[in-house]
Amino acid sequence: MPRVGLSGQHREAADGAASLDIEASTIRELLAILVQRYPRMQRHLDEGLAVSINGEIYRDNRDMVIPETAEVFLLPRIQGG
Amino acid sequence: MSAVQVSTTVNGDAIDFVCQPTETLLDVLRNRLGLIGSKEGCGTGDCGACSVTVDGQLVCSCLVLGAEAEGRKIGTVEGLADGDKLHPLQKQFIDNAALQCGVCTPGFLVAAKALLDRNPNPTEQEIRYALAGNLCRCTGYDKIVRAVNAAARDVRKQQARKKR
Amino acid sequence: MAHDTSYTDQDFKIVGSRPPRPDGIDKVTGRARYGADVSAPGQLVGRVLRSPHAHAKIRKIDTSRAQKLKGVKAVITSKDLPDLTEGNRGNYDILENCMAREHALYDGHAVAAVAAVDEQTARKALKLIKVDYKVLPHVTDVDAAMQDDAPVVQPHIQHDGKPSNICNVSQFGHGDVEAGFAQADVIVEKTYKTEQTHQGYIEPHACLASVGPDGQGELWVTTQGHFTVRNLCASLLGMDIAKLKVTSSEIGGGFGGKTHIWTEPLALALSRKANLPVKLVMSREDVFKGSGPTCSTSMDIKIGAKKDGTVTAASATLRYHAGPHPGPWGMLGGMTAWACYDFENVQSIAYDVLVNRPKVAAYRAPSAPMAAFGVESTMDLVAEAIGMDPVDFRIKNAAKEGTRASYGPTYGPIGIGPTLEAVKNHPHMRARLGKNQGRGMACGFWFNFGGQTCTDLNIGVDGSVNLTVGTVDVGGARASMSLIAAEELGIPYDQVKCNVGDTASLGHNDTTEGSRGTFSSGMATIFAARNAIEEMKARAAKTWEIDIEDIEWRDGAAHAMGMQHSNLAPLSLAEIAGASPGTGGPIAGHNEVVADGAGVSFASHICDVEVDPETGATRVIRYTVVQDAGKAIHPDYVEGQFQGGAAQGIGWALNEEYVYGEDGCLQNPSFLDYRIPVCSDLPFIDTEILEIPNPNHPYGIRGVGETSIVPPLAAIGNAVSSAVGVRLDHTPMSPPRVLKAIKEKQAGG
Ligand code: FES
Ligand code: FES
Repeated sequence: MPRVGLSGQHREAADGAASLDIEASTIRELLAILVQRYPRMQRHLDEGLAVSINGEIYRDNRDMVIPETAEVFLLPRIQGG
Repeated sequence: MSAVQVSTTVNGDAIDFVCQPTETLLDVLRNRLGLIGSKEGCGTGDCGACSVTVDGQLVCSCLVLGAEAEGRKIGTVEGLADGDKLHPLQKQFIDNAALQCGVCTPGFLVAAKALLDRNPNPTEQEIRYALAGNLCRCTGYDKIVRAVNAAARDVRKQQARKKR
Repeated sequence: MAHDTSYTDQDFKIVGSRPPRPDGIDKVTGRARYGADVSAPGQLVGRVLRSPHAHAKIRKIDTSRAQKLKGVKAVITSKDLPDLTEGNRGNYDILENCMAREHALYDGHAVAAVAAVDEQTARKALKLIKVDYKVLPHVTDVDAAMQDDAPVVQPHIQHDGKPSNICNVSQFGHGDVEAGFAQADVIVEKTYKTEQTHQGYIEPHACLASVGPDGQGELWVTTQGHFTVRNLCASLLGMDIAKLKVTSSEIGGGFGGKTHIWTEPLALALSRKANLPVKLVMSREDVFKGSGPTCSTSMDIKIGAKKDGTVTAASATLRYHAGPHPGPWGMLGGMTAWACYDFENVQSIAYDVLVNRPKVAAYRAPSAPMAAFGVESTMDLVAEAIGMDPVDFRIKNAAKEGTRASYGPTYGPIGIGPTLEAVKNHPHMRARLGKNQGRGMACGFWFNFGGQTCTDLNIGVDGSVNLTVGTVDVGGARASMSLIAAEELGIPYDQVKCNVGDTASLGHNDTTEGSRGTFSSGMATIFAARNAIEEMKARAAKTWEIDIEDIEWRDGAAHAMGMQHSNLAPLSLAEIAGASPGTGGPIAGHNEVVADGAGVSFASHICDVEVDPETGATRVIRYTVVQDAGKAIHPDYVEGQFQGGAAQGIGWALNEEYVYGEDGCLQNPSFLDYRIPVCSDLPFIDTEILEIPNPNHPYGIRGVGETSIVPPLAAIGNAVSSAVGVRLDHTPMSPPRVLKAIKEKQAGG
């Protein structure tokens, strides 16, 4: 089961958890389960979330497959110049 | 205010136009003559994007009135190429990737041509000071200086060929 | 359709070469058309009235006299832009920034706009608009804005249960910093400040808008993202997205500043009201006051290390101003601050703070240069305190594959180590320095990302290829895209013509920002070309009456494989295209992709300066950029991005700043007084491109445009500090600041 790391604001929304075990095979599933478990996550989802899988940041691709042993990290959606 | 009538020469062609007495030469070129190559980056003489020559003198056309063109010879970026033959500066700017967004390029070309017309063998420092009135935000000037240097070489070669 | 995007180490035929760019001739002859370069029959001139106050309540706006002026065709205020945002706070903030509603929130905030038959009339009309302001207390300094008694910019924003300018607090890191500091032999703690700067693109914002009473409209605009402009403008104005066609002009620089909308909705609203086309071009003063510069910051940086050079703990508290609306800027500073390093205990806390200044927009790698200034300056101080060479100290602590980044994830193959090794071995590091000269180096990081992209490739019957991309070409991208298409198809570079499509001719494309252009359109171009190749193979199969499986695409032609087909001569792309009317019609390739996995990028810069001890003036005398670019498609434009970013960083470090008066008004909104670097200020900027392939792109491309602006502030800070023998902690390191530092050192003995 992938372990999902959280930082700052996301931790708060997840009742202070630094990481969570979430049974999900895609980013879409992962986010759905997160919001279901922690409704306060919805705000962050609206403001923009990105998911890093094994160090690569995915901003939009919700169908991205999460490998069984992947390192997953929840990040704010970032923008650039 | 009543409009003024002006007779002038632009890139070698005799041209008559009518403009307001307060209108800048830059506005006349762009809005009345359709010569959009000269750009307005500031309108206050600080960026050089509007550089043209008046009787061979490099000026910011945003600081010159259209009416002042009367009886003068105006040179713009549109007059640099000789038919389908690019000026060496134009060619070297492309070959040296001396433009990124390219909005400053017309001004740089006109200013660099004014430099090479008076000094076909400038040092790096002379190039840098001659172009100090033109702002470029994309390139850091590196490739621009190299392009002008390469074009100067071409111009000297052309001149040597003509003499022979 | 999912594609395999993984990197394949192929031998390139033309990718990596340096052909002339396709838009070169237009740009050196003055033909290229930028934002202000098109006109429509009967067009009006649009102009914007801006607030002269930093913070004020707008009691009333009387436009009646302006409306009556002969030649005025439309006057608009916020009343003409009703709130259609339906509770979407982000969109409401954009609406409010485009045109003030109840409050003017900064000097230069738009409050009304006019469209008139000519410029003179438009200006006159602005003077006839009477705005009744009640001036309110203002705050422009980020530290002052965080005080309890500071004037509140947006009363609906709360922090700790009461109205506050602190709109976001983000925290990143891992480990236990307190325990880490307890293990340190040396701890250095220092506060830094950086002032606000502007992207300084030479082309002001400009657009030509035309909207009819039937709700259909067109917009010609200089922007980094015409699809984003379309979506936002349509939603703010209540138009159907499909009925607003946005065409991106040639763009005269953006660097992040043209990723948002500013006057575009105003031009559209004016046009709709007047039922005539409206051209709206910002003046340079408007650009400084009313577009989206970067943030000012204040930071506390603390690093603890053992004598052997191991960093035991690092912490950063960052305060970034956001302008009048919340933004992600402090957060980005917090994420990037320590990203170059492999520290066991690391933390950053970042505050986003509202002030009465223009809305902040991205400026290249947004927020990273400031944090890097604090971090990299402190890294030098620690190296000095433990008596270690600053490059070796960084090498010892550099992040590598498998390092847990301070912002969370674990890195794949990355380039910080190699850039540092390249710096260490660079001849620049061994060159002798003269009197009053100093050398500094610093590192920088940026994420890069991809996003939604959509590309069309159409093959003409003569075998020439039209490639339409939806990402704006901000600096030579059409050349790179043509190279990629030609490489895939196996045809010469000049057989491909690349265009930027308007919003009516392609699906959605995200804004060209965050270094995504070459990465993501490059990816979509590869797949669009492969899509077209499949079709051409099918046509060849039809012609030859053989199985498509027996056909291979190579060197621009279909080849029949196997002995049984050895009598079939290859069919070239041009032959297949020529026969296409009879084999099934036009041949095209498409790709729609969410290109993620853009790959992080690192840079290390070296810089030599000479400081005049009499005046405090600093000259950069030598500068070297080393950066990991992934695969460089067109090296000229990669070098150009490195050099341009470095030059902007040099301006930021030494001279550029927004100067606000006591009244909260901007005192230097002109190129003359803001002063970006000119040609005679700079030396040649040496570049070294490292090509560490991105594993998530078929060609190994990473973004290149952003990272080059990250290290310069710190590299120059380190160089100046070493030249004058005292630490500079405030950018810009302008002559008065440097002189003051020298004087203080002399006074202190
Ligand atoms: S527009 Fe004339 S100098 Fe800038
Ligand atoms: S190339 Fe963009 S300003 Fe010079």
